[in-house]
Amino acid sequence: MGGHVPAIPTLTQFTIRTAMVARRIIPALDIKEGRVVKCVRFLNPRDAGDPVDLARLYDQEGADEIVFLDITASYERRALMLDVARRVAEQVFIPFTVGGGIRTVEDMRETLKTGADKIFINTSAVQNPDLISEGADRFGSQCIVVAIDGKRRANDGWEVYIHGGRTPTGRDAVAWAAEAARRGAGEILLTSLDADGTQAGYDLELTRAVADAVPTPVIASGGAGSEAHIYDGLTRGGAEAALVASLVHYQILSIRQIKSYLRNRQLPVRL
Amino acid sequence: MIAIVDYGMGNLRSVEKALAYLGHAARVTSDPDVVVAAERVVLPGVGAFGAAMQRLSAARDGGPALQQAVLDVARSGRPFLGICLGMQLLFTESEEMGHHPGLGLIPGRVRRFDFTGRADGTSLKIPHMGWNSLSLRREVPLFRGLEDGVMVYFVHSYYCLPESPDVVAATADHGGPFCVALWRDNLFATQFHPEKSGAAGLRMLDNFARL
Repeated sequence: MGGHVPAIPTLTQFTIRTAMVARRIIPALDIKEGRVVKCVRFLNPRDAGDPVDLARLYDQEGADEIVFLDITASYERRALMLDVARRVAEQVFIPFTVGGGIRTVEDMRETLKTGADKIFINTSAVQNPDLISEGADRFGSQCIVVAIDGKRRANDGWEVYIHGGRTPTGRDAVAWAAEAARRGAGEILLTSLDADGTQAGYDLELTRAVADAVPTPVIASGGAGSEAHIYDGLTRGGAEAALVASLVHYQILSIRQIKSYLRNRQLPVRL
Repeated sequence: MIAIVDYGMGNLRSVEKALAYLGHAARVTSDPDVVVAAERVVLPGVGAFGAAMQRLSAARDGGPALQQAVLDVARSGRPFLGICLGMQLLFTESEEMGHHPGLGLIPGRVRRFDFTGRADGTSLKIPHMGWNSLSLRREVPLFRGLEDGVMVYFVHSYYCLPESPDVVAATADHGGPFCVALWRDNLFATQFHPEKSGAAGLRMLDNFARL
């Protein structure tokens, strides 16, 4: 110890002090049997389908977290996702979340053991809401994210859909979010099935309704097509974080561009 | 060799993987002899304070308790880094679910965030989770190469209140400034997770490994 310690540099134009937790930009990667799907990037990853390479790339670009959605159809092949998570944990040193196919507390334990910071559950939480509280009791609320897919009803409100948006449940999305939070969910990952894929912006009413109904952070997902959409989701929508997929996968925008836009409009971000 | 103390609380592999990524030899261990013999020691941890102290103080295999090994190293002058719960454990006591005595290396207490009755209470979440910026309070070898305002990753519901302001190395703001890093002699500690704080956090771990 000892030795020369350089003086702490004064604040530069590149550092911004924020008196609050930064809003997060979270790229989501769909993984099937250990490989990235629906993702076209050409920034010389050694292997465009390798989740670890892409995660590293997004880390370098300023992602605050990374979400992996395992869409592997067969339950038996879930081990492939666990292997991906283990490799990500060796190379990427920002928080990451894994979901898709997690049905039991044991699945959660196995997933968190790889080095993943959080897990998310969707269908299994609706079918067995106790899973939320059991997971929160065992691993802490900060590990448990409940993903909710909501679709606008003809009359009013939004309905929860499960099985990747295929099966209506009759449940009200806002009420379900509140229940999930009460049961110990640390965050709500909220996707609008109406807005998803449109690039016309988040469903701000749904986002706001859920954000107002839960004390936990809401991650807005589905529909972002521009920086302005993300800004709206984080302000009018009341979300703490924005999930981005095709917007960054297809290089329409970089994470840095999105964050610069937000910072220029006084939102706290990590740049 | 850097010993990462395993006392059965939470996932300790992230710290090990980050140090390995940086090219430093590190080993997760619950063996008091390995801890005592290490050049540097990291006390990580996620979970409840009382349970952590219980596990630390439980003698294993008839040998010396892990707690004694940790105390010996902390007092030996060798670089010691507490992370998150590992920072809180250094204090005199914690108010987490009752009162629990800690290791007593740093005079002070550990308290839960409480924003009830505040006008801005709803925007101040508990746990304090996510990226927040550091106010570096003095020159600290752990922060060599980092700028004031650098953002790091937090997940915690309790925070440390040291008696002496002299130990405070950095603060962050969550409903007001609070101590998020400390430095006294060979003792370093961070409330945030350097192993999850991207390039800035890796820099801190590298600094620690080169002290």
